[in-house]
Parts: sequence; C-alpha cells; structure tokens
Amino acid sequence: MSTPFEPRIVVLCCNWCTYAGADLAGTSRMKYAPNVRLVRVMCSGRVDPSFVLRAFQDGADGVLVAGCHPGDCHYINGNLKAMRRFPALEKMVAQFGIEPQRLRLEWISAAEGDVFVRVVNEMTAQVRALGALDWRRRAAVGPLPEHAG
Amino acid sequence: MGEEKKNGKKLQLAMYWAASCGGCDMAVLDVNEKILDIAAVADIRLWPIAMDYKYKDVESWADGEIDVCLFNGAVRNSEQLHLARLLRRKCKVMVAFGSCASFGGIPGLANLHCKKTIFEAVYGYTASTVNPEGTTPQTHTKVPEGDLHIPDFFDDVYSLNQVIPVEYYVPGCPPTPDTVMVAVNAIATGNLPPVGSTIAGDKAVCDECLRTKSDKPKIQAFHRPQEIFVDAEKCLLEQGLTCMGSATRGGCGSLCPAVNMPCRGCYGPMPRSLDAGADALAAMTSIVDASDEQAARTKGDQLVDPLGTFYRFTLPVSMLRRAQREH
Repeated sequence: MSTPFEPRIVVLCCNWCTYAGADLAGTSRMKYAPNVRLVRVMCSGRVDPSFVLRAFQDGADGVLVAGCHPGDCHYINGNLKAMRRFPALEKMVAQFGIEPQRLRLEWISAAEGDVFVRVVNEMTAQVRALGALDWRRRAAVGPLPEHAG
Repeated sequence: MGEEKKNGKKLQLAMYWAASCGGCDMAVLDVNEKILDIAAVADIRLWPIAMDYKYKDVESWADGEIDVCLFNGAVRNSEQLHLARLLRRKCKVMVAFGSCASFGGIPGLANLHCKKTIFEAVYGYTASTVNPEGTTPQTHTKVPEGDLHIPDFFDDVYSLNQVIPVEYYVPGCPPTPDTVMVAVNAIATGNLPPVGSTIAGDKAVCDECLRTKSDKPKIQAFHRPQEIFVDAEKCLLEQGLTCMGSATRGGCGSLCPAVNMPCRGCYGPMPRSLDAGADALAAMTSIVDASDEQAARTKGDQLVDPLGTFYRFTLPVSMLRRAQREH
C-alpha cells in the first residue's frame, strides 16, 4: 500500500457532555487526530451494544463510547447503565477476537476539551499501532461451492 | 387438524436433518397421538431418522413434487448443502425447523473456530483421542476396491436461510409440541402466514413467564444455576441467573423458567431485533447493582462466557457472525 494506514474511529458521544467537550476543543482551536467520526447520541446510556458491533462490522477500526462523568448525567443515571454494560461488552468483543484497545469507554465533560483531545490522540495512536481491523476480511465467509455433495 | 387437501391428494411432507442432534425429529414425535393426525393428512415421503431412503429417491422426485419440507439442523458440510439445495428444488415450501436451521443453533458456536482448529482438537488433543499419526479425514481416499468419498467439512456453520431461500421458521431447541402443532395445522389447512414469518410468539419469554418480577430489578451478582438454591417464585434474572427471557422470542410457554432453569434463548431473537446477543447483554448488564466502575467490572467478570451465553443459538446469524479466524 502506498498511503500509510489511517485508522477510522467511531466516537459515540453524548449530547450533553462529550459532544460539548468536543465542541469546546474545536472552538478553542485545539488540534486532534482527524481519524474520529463523531456520532452524537442523547446519552451514553442510549448506546446499545449493537451500535458498537455494527461499527466494527461496517469497517471501524476502533470505537470510543463517551459520556458525562458518573453523577453528572443529564438523565440522572444513563451513563451508569453504559458503565455497567461495558465490562461484559469488552469481554465479549475480545471473545470475537477484536483487540481490547479498539474499544474504550471515557467520561468527558463539557469543560474537558483537553481531555477529549488527549483521549482521541491516544486512541488513534493505539489503533494505528494495531493496524486495520477490517472485520469483513478477518471474519470473511467464503462463497459456498457451486456443486456440493 | 384440518381437512385433507381439496383435490383429495394428501399433503406431501419431507423431513430432513443436517447438522443437528435428532432432537427436532424427536419433537415431531413428541406431539404424541397427534402424530396419527399428521399421518392422516400427510404422506411422509422422507424422514431419515424413521424411514429408509436413498439420495437417488430424492433425486427421482419431480421438481416441486413435495409440498412442505421441515428441514432441521444447520449446514456445515457439502452433503448437507447438497441436500438443502436438492430439497429446495423438490419442495414448494421450505421450513427451517428448530434453532439450528433457523439461526445456526448450538453447532453455530463452532463459528468461534474454523475447520483447521476444530480438526486439531477433535482428531488431536481431546481426552478421548488416540491418534499418534495425526490422521484426519480426507474427502477422497483410494483403496483397492475403488475411490472412497466423504463430505467436505466447511470452515463455517450456516443457518438454512444462508444457503437456500426459506419460507418459514419454526424455532426452538427443540420446538415444543404446541409450536409443532401450530405449524403443522397452518400447513395442513393452508392458513399460512406471510412468507418469511416465524411461527412462534411475538412477545418475549418474560411475557409468558409467571415468576414475580419487581419494578426496579437489581442483580446483586451473576451465578450459574448449580451454584445457588433457586427461589421458585422470584424472577431468575433478579436472582443473578443469566436468563435470556427478556431478549428471546416467546411461544414456548416459558417452559425452562417454570422449572427453575434460566431461559437459554432457543426461540431466537425478538422480532425486528438487530442482534440477539447485544439485546441480551444490554438487558442483563444494565441492571446489575453497581454504582462505580470497580463494582461494574467485578460483576461483569462474573459472566464467565458472555459470547457463548448471549449467542448460544444465534452466532451464525448475528451481526459479527463468527469470531476472527485463527489463521
């Protein structure tokens, strides 16, 4: 390949804290790796595990789920639900053979533009070092034989 | 049981088994004396578990000669694929019968591995294997008497609808007698639902379960069934058993929870579900009693095998479909 590998990282971030934090990073002219694709959801508790699996299936090299700090949730405890689901999801994703560094949960408040920048840069570097996930190839199901029997 | 078909001809029925355990065939017999009603309206043309037959018999049928095929078992070798395609041609209506045909079922968990590693285990290092030469089955073997041929084992396990078009799904491991009779009645009377339908409930197993559920359930810790004394009245999930009821299609009558066993998810994903495993994971782990990350981690770690638990019957039809190949 002539062009170096650039990871694609899907960030599922909550509307109230992390998205505002990313916005702060932007309006403050902080620089961060352009490898992230932000998907805004109302709450990190809205992030169904199937969103994460779909991202991996559809070509994401990493997935970052980010929401308000525990105690700060706009919906009182949505982020706690994300937090409770995460360890099992992490374990299950590892059982599929996806490296644990490709999936991350972070609490980033609206005032933490710098944290957003740090997390995104860290994760981009980690995933870049791992290389492409390329799930469709890694778990490719070949064509069935025309004549079987 | 409905009347015989209007033209006086009996319903032509075929049953076949692929990668399955035989439980689905037993389930057909499990309808007890109603099997006689089935025999009254249907000619059973093919049923390998009960009757002698040869592949050339199947090949000799005209295309579309058979009305309905109840196909149980997943597809994981070339013989099963051949029969699935052959029966598709010979049968007007194809029914994926049981969890293996519908979703891959228990054999579908082999999608955690591939042919090479499965052969290494089965013919290599399981406790009961003695195979010093490391012999593995070959599809073709020359012997003095001629050429021997056995089916080719695939790298993946497929649900039936991943290899041929399927009209109806009758889930269950195995389908309960009631589910079988609902399906048979629908077929015999011609009152068939729209193509693509699953002949089972539309609500979750929890909806049919008679156990007491609290308004704000909390799971204190996850257990395996043998580790605790199960309260006979209380919701199994609230007792920390990984009951799949909330993410599993009903229609079974909640048989397992009724006898203190957590639902294992054999009726498959709920209607319109994207991924059965993700649904179950979300439903179960969202209610663990943990208010900080350490507690959440401790309780999450108590789930010994999340993939095997949440995708026990559905791995081949799940979003990620299989684990990464090992080579």
